[in-house]
Amino acid sequence: MARMTMVEAIRDAHDVAMARDDRVIVFGEDVGYFGGVFRCTAGLQKKYGKSRCFDTPISESGIVGTAIGMAAYGLRPCVEMQFADYMYPAYDQIVSEAARLRYRSAGEFTCPIVVRMPTGGGIFGGQTHSQSPEALFTHVAGLKTVVPSNPRDAKGLLLAAIDDPDPVIFLEPKRLYNGQFDGHYDKPIVSWKKSELSEVDEGYAPIPLGRAKLRREGRDVTILAYGTMVHVALAAVADSGIDGEVIDLRTLMPLDIDMITASVRKTGRCVVVHEATLTSGFGAELVALVQQECFWHLEAPVARVAGWDTPYPHAQEWHYFPGPPRIAKALQAVMEA
Amino acid sequence: MAARKNTKKPNIKPNIAADELKKYYREMLLIRRFEEKAGQLYGMGLIGGFCHLYIGQEAVVVGLEAAAEEGDKRITSYRDHGHMLASGMDPNGVMAELTGREGGYSKGKGGSMHMFSREKHFYGGHGIVGAQVPIGAGLAFADRYKENGRVTFTYFGDGASNQGQVFETFNMASLWQLPVVFVIENNQYAMGTSQSRSTSTPELYTRGKPFGIPGEQVDGMDVLAVKEAGEKAVAHCRSGKGPYVLEIMTYRYRGHSMSDPAKYRTREEVQKIREERDPIEHVRTLLLEGKHASEEDLKAIDKEIKQVVNDAAEFSKDSPEPALEELWTDIYAEAAPQNA
Ligand SMILES: Cc1ncc(C[n+]2csc(CCOP(=O)(O)OP(=O)(O)O)c2C)c(N)n1
Ligand SMILES: [Mg+2]
Repeated sequence: MARMTMVEAIRDAHDVAMARDDRVIVFGEDVGYFGGVFRCTAGLQKKYGKSRCFDTPISESGIVGTAIGMAAYGLRPCVEMQFADYMYPAYDQIVSEAARLRYRSAGEFTCPIVVRMPTGGGIFGGQTHSQSPEALFTHVAGLKTVVPSNPRDAKGLLLAAIDDPDPVIFLEPKRLYNGQFDGHYDKPIVSWKKSELSEVDEGYAPIPLGRAKLRREGRDVTILAYGTMVHVALAAVADSGIDGEVIDLRTLMPLDIDMITASVRKTGRCVVVHEATLTSGFGAELVALVQQECFWHLEAPVARVAGWDTPYPHAQEWHYFPGPPRIAKALQAVMEA
Repeated sequence: MAARKNTKKPNIKPNIAADELKKYYREMLLIRRFEEKAGQLYGMGLIGGFCHLYIGQEAVVVGLEAAAEEGDKRITSYRDHGHMLASGMDPNGVMAELTGREGGYSKGKGGSMHMFSREKHFYGGHGIVGAQVPIGAGLAFADRYKENGRVTFTYFGDGASNQGQVFETFNMASLWQLPVVFVIENNQYAMGTSQSRSTSTPELYTRGKPFGIPGEQVDGMDVLAVKEAGEKAVAHCRSGKGPYVLEIMTYRYRGHSMSDPAKYRTREEVQKIREERDPIEHVRTLLLEGKHASEEDLKAIDKEIKQVVNDAAEFSKDSPEPALEELWTDIYAEAAPQNA
């Protein structure tokens, strides 16, 4: 087992996938020669050549569209949108083409692509470099949506995503790339190498999509989170002293409803957390499912902690960001309800 | 209508007015010193996130502004500080937006990439590569509709010129004969990707040709050459002949944004252009050799600019952060429901 940052783990997953399957090709803006702006594909072009890892022009629609064509004809493209915020020109290809190719052709053709995108805030990126668009993907039948929260999962889930027979949107919380950020922006970030979560299995070790992971056992309240917010939720639990049970969803579609249900039935309380804006966010789906499955076990209304319903601001980011104090407050309120 | 390559060495016009040359010198120097200061403030942690400096490209926007008239519009990408200063926007308001303060053009909510000024006909500041291009055509449509004789300068980079919406826009702009100058600022790199690794035909001035848009390539390190080309393009647009493409060859000295490992080009490449092609040095030489200005005159300009930039830095530190309430304004015309 090696200790890796999230960036190194993602790079390693690419490396393993490319070595074992020559149908896997990797491309995107600055991905080849430069190795990706976050360095997630560094060294791949050198190792596998320019026909398997290459640069594209700034043409997101073209990147995803060509990937779909390649996939329909037997390749396994794994492409990078430089930031999730840049995927909108490609959204039509993702929704109208990738997600529906299988259905439209009655299973004759499929679309096994992975579209990786750095997502989320906490880097002072403002409105065009901080968004969390997961709900735009979970809303589309035919797509799978994955959000890892640590190096270990990032590697295993990316390997599974590349293997998956359907299109997978792979959202990488960019605030976690190089350290375990827990929302305490005024404290030094914890190096991944100090965390057990950075112990990455060597070689080919996929983690199946659709299984959540219990990050902390607790009796009082279930906290549903993914990506960066898993760590922020754990910090809020520590800060508040409330015995929260923290579930890292890992994949939003398919969703591990069994683990969620079992936990909420046990605790009787639930707080849902995400960075994305509140209204019509993925949290709304989670709340609906929890009340449907656990209604008679609930002691309090299910609460949501999310980004404000505003564009992501340049100023005052740490007030906008749903950090540990906001979550702790919601935990308190749910306990008192 | 054939695209024409402008390779002739720009001659120093003896009849260029001394005042005009000094004005360009002053404007270019303001951009450079402003950007250097922004870089410093970034290093001090007063500016966070993204910050794309315009150093090296000053002659492009200054030359084109010299070809513009009151009421003409401009719109650009995230590398926008130079365009704002050249259009006459207040350095204080620009710097305070970079530091995310209330005194910034967007009250600190937009940041370095997102600023606007109705007064100066500056339509942003856009963080998404290529997105400003069709918007620029829309501005030009509105001008044509109002028959007011105005022209829109729509700026974008060599990298942006590969976005699909640029081609869509070329077609519409030509179809509707819109008064828009498409300014491709070709600094030869899109982030860490050189033009040769992203672009099948590097002659970007020919990109409008299939749509019937004339184009020309211009030396962007020579403010007078830029101005001359700008005047020609503007005259074309104002006379109702539709859009025009200017590919302006330039170079950015600094990294793409503030954290740029700079591994995609050599230090020597940058150094060579700085030493041999610097647009500000060029005008400085013209001024001194043509005896249009003395060393003392130029020193006085330097001093004045330094003051303007220092004042902007002070303002950008003193202006308070916007109140949290402010984050909830300007979402809709009416107050947004505050559900947090
Ligand atoms: C749609 C979109 N894709 C990618 C990016 C990331 N990005 C920002 S600037 C840039 C390079 C643009 O290069 P160019 O158009 O040449 O302009 P320059 O930065 O050289 O001024 C890239 C890839 C983005 N902001 N928006
Ligand atoms: Mg460029």
